[in-house]
Amino acid sequence: MSSPVATPAVPVILTHLQRLESESIHIIREVVAEAEKPVMLYSVGKDSAVMLHLARKAFFPSPPPFPLMHVDTTWKFKAMYALRDQMARESGMELLVYQNPEAKAKGINPFDHGSLHTDLWKTEGLKQALDLHKFDVAFGGARRDEEKSRAKERIFSFRSASHRWDGKSQRPELWNLYNARKAKGESIRVFPISNWTELDIWQYIHLENIPIVPLYMAAERPTVERDGLILMVDDERFRLNPGEQPVMRSIRFRTLGCYPLTGAVESTADTLPRVIQEMLLTTTSERQGRAIDHDQSASMEKKKQEGYF
Amino acid sequence: MSTATGKPPSAYQTDALIAADIDAYLLQHQHKSLLRFITCGSVDDGKSTLIGRLLYDSKMIFEDQLAALEADSKKVGTQGQEIDFALLVDGLAAEREQGITIDVAYRFFATEKRKFIVADTPGHEQYTRNMVTGASTADLAIILIDARKGVLTQTRRHSYLAHLIGIRNLVLAVNKMDLIGYDQGRYQAIVEDYRAFATSIGITDFTPMPISGFKGDNITANSPNMPWYTGVPLMAHLETVELDTTLDQAKPFRLPVQWVNRPNLDFRGFSGLIASGSIKPGDAVRVLPGGKTSTVTRIVTFDGDLDQAVAGQSITLCFADEIDCSRGDVITQAEAPTQVADQFEATLVWMNDEALVPGRPYWLKIGTQTVTARVQAPEYQININTLEHLAAKTLELNAIGVVKLATERAIPFEPYADHHALGGFILIDKFSNATVAAGMLNFSLRRAQNVHWQALEVTRERRAELKHQKPAVLWFTGLSGSGKSTIANLVEKKLAHVGKHTFLLDGDNVRHGLNKDLGFTQADRIENIRRIGEVARLMTDAGLIVLTAFISPFRAERDLVRSMIPDGEFIEIFIDTPLAEAEKRDVKGLYKKARAGELPNFTGIDSPYEAPENAEIRIDTTAMSAEQAADLIVGSLLDA
Repeated sequence: MSSPVATPAVPVILTHLQRLESESIHIIREVVAEAEKPVMLYSVGKDSAVMLHLARKAFFPSPPPFPLMHVDTTWKFKAMYALRDQMARESGMELLVYQNPEAKAKGINPFDHGSLHTDLWKTEGLKQALDLHKFDVAFGGARRDEEKSRAKERIFSFRSASHRWDGKSQRPELWNLYNARKAKGESIRVFPISNWTELDIWQYIHLENIPIVPLYMAAERPTVERDGLILMVDDERFRLNPGEQPVMRSIRFRTLGCYPLTGAVESTADTLPRVIQEMLLTTTSERQGRAIDHDQSASMEKKKQEGYF
Repeated sequence: MSTATGKPPSAYQTDALIAADIDAYLLQHQHKSLLRFITCGSVDDGKSTLIGRLLYDSKMIFEDQLAALEADSKKVGTQGQEIDFALLVDGLAAEREQGITIDVAYRFFATEKRKFIVADTPGHEQYTRNMVTGASTADLAIILIDARKGVLTQTRRHSYLAHLIGIRNLVLAVNKMDLIGYDQGRYQAIVEDYRAFATSIGITDFTPMPISGFKGDNITANSPNMPWYTGVPLMAHLETVELDTTLDQAKPFRLPVQWVNRPNLDFRGFSGLIASGSIKPGDAVRVLPGGKTSTVTRIVTFDGDLDQAVAGQSITLCFADEIDCSRGDVITQAEAPTQVADQFEATLVWMNDEALVPGRPYWLKIGTQTVTARVQAPEYQININTLEHLAAKTLELNAIGVVKLATERAIPFEPYADHHALGGFILIDKFSNATVAAGMLNFSLRRAQNVHWQALEVTRERRAELKHQKPAVLWFTGLSGSGKSTIANLVEKKLAHVGKHTFLLDGDNVRHGLNKDLGFTQADRIENIRRIGEVARLMTDAGLIVLTAFISPFRAERDLVRSMIPDGEFIEIFIDTPLAEAEKRDVKGLYKKARAGELPNFTGIDSPYEAPENAEIRIDTTAMSAEQAADLIVGSLLDA
């Protein structure tokens, strides 16, 4: 073809963050174009913050044409609930909060029930919420660099009508062509930030000024130390052992979940660049702060098969 | 001899800057570009060791992982007391035992200049499928060779696949140089051997490199063990090789439309990822396949309007004119549009356990559009070890073949060799929804863009209007002897009685005339159903209500016809008679013959009947008479 071609005088080299952003936006738009009733699972963490930001970019000037859903355990940090409500207002999106009524009725909590807590509130709660609203595609903020078993996860992950992940029936993903077709009752989890690393997430939050929960930054907070984890006493429901006294420590969190299950790190990094600096200089991988992964080495895999994100 | 298992060389020591000036570090890192590459080789070639080495040398391994790695290396490693990098990326054996399909695992690392995404395709089984999947998004491929073994069959296979998928940048990494005493002569012999082969399959350029992933030679720095090597080390090459997205900017503008953004009456934008070229406000564009032109007025993003956007960016365009443009269309530079065609030669890589069925309609997804496509029997299959062309009737899992295919409507495209985003496609099975093949359009078979359908002034709507009815296909399905024909006949009589124009197609009148050349092989059955579907569609175009009574036992066949008929006009009627009941009636004595083995492949006896899951109407013949059933069907049709 010999037609004239308008080439930029100097080729524009896109940065890795621009490429990742474009890829994620492309994925989010494909889902909305092909799904019947999509929803974005919003956990209020830093990955969710980036995912929501990308969704807003994808449909600007429209608000994203799907709701946000928070599968709540009632045990998140207070600061998370505050940011959640603020972001729903700012984005103009509908916020659905789901709390598993069974877990609520039985008073399931992280102090008495251990892994049952995560199982009922999160895993079961998520399935119930998806069934209740008949969502066929749910966006999640998982990344491939988080853990070995995630490295091979597809961007579009298929779930049977009972929400189980079946490693044998996952589809090959070629180029940027995603196959979103499914039978009635089946659903898809889509991970638009699969190819982002922890550093990418932090850099992007920094560059784009994305609001995040202040708990990611260091401050003096009331804490107790148990089994090698520093826990924050976020409200009066925290059960102190006999003789245990909350101690003020300068701490921050690398990941956020239910406050009695989420370990903090001692730190003085009170700005985002300092948090990134600390992250780059520290030498332990991200999920160490989460009690859930310590159970067994293949625990993520197992959780995934059961329908946990 | 230096073993680089200790601290990485200083070029990749970023700690100093991180600690001294984090803002400067962040500034440097936010300008990194992104390279995606694939490593091709088996475990024996040291692939996992090389990837582990790259992760380690770029400091992507945290201390807790390193401690675990050191412990594992002593316990199960194959490298004595030294760190076995392969353990970092392997750990896949258990998954294989669980039967989990691992097609590609993705790993991440970064240096100061670039972020890297490595597609790692484990295992020998499913190698073709895995490698093609991983290679489809790669800018570069590293072909690993064991220096002790030289160019092997698998080297040829990897190179052929990388070339097939259009990877321009090939690195021939001659690994394990430490095990041949860093022998230059041996290295050069391997490179020449490879060059001869590469040239024979059309690879014009590749970058050879002598390395040791295990010892770290020529990975991040030039190795003192091979002073004769004058090229750059692997990492430096990965950091500087030209990116495909940059080259794509020099091609004409193409944007497959993903989404029409219409928040209110004052805004209409077309969103998508720019596949190639660049665009500025004021540029003239043409929307394909429609061909209408307009001018770009704005490039809209969340961060404000842009003066220019280039390949690789996700943006939203606004036009000066209200022209037709929807998802699946391709916005192109006005004076350099793509071709538009509906028949192609393509290369297919089959990826599913269920083999290609020539003639069956599949979904073909290319860019942002999905169309029905039919694939003919392969012209030939390619033996990826010998590259011979073999005759083939179908394509099985991992087979590569050249085929002719037709799409149900003309689509904008470019040959894959020129443009990956507009020539690469996937095929989706209409029944299982599985991605069954990856494909590459080679060229269009005829200038379909010059063939125009006769513009018909009397439209199908007009014909239906004249008959005061809504056309429909009433597709009766059920076991032999279930009562399909009886009920269909009654329905037709009742419709005629209220002045509706109908036509009943039954097995006999079709098999004796239109389809008398067809037998009962699977391919013939599909063709039989396809022709019936086409005839039914023509009749609905004429405004008729068509009734068909065929056993049509397979869901995929019925869905095939459903996909041919306009939405809402295909009404599947499941005549639900239990097998025992149908066999008891046995009006034509067929069950008796089938039981006696005189009628092989008889539905319900030794061939399955797949009951409809979402039939529009289900008739339980044990609960109502044929007369009642007909009333129910006519009632629901006239109410609609």
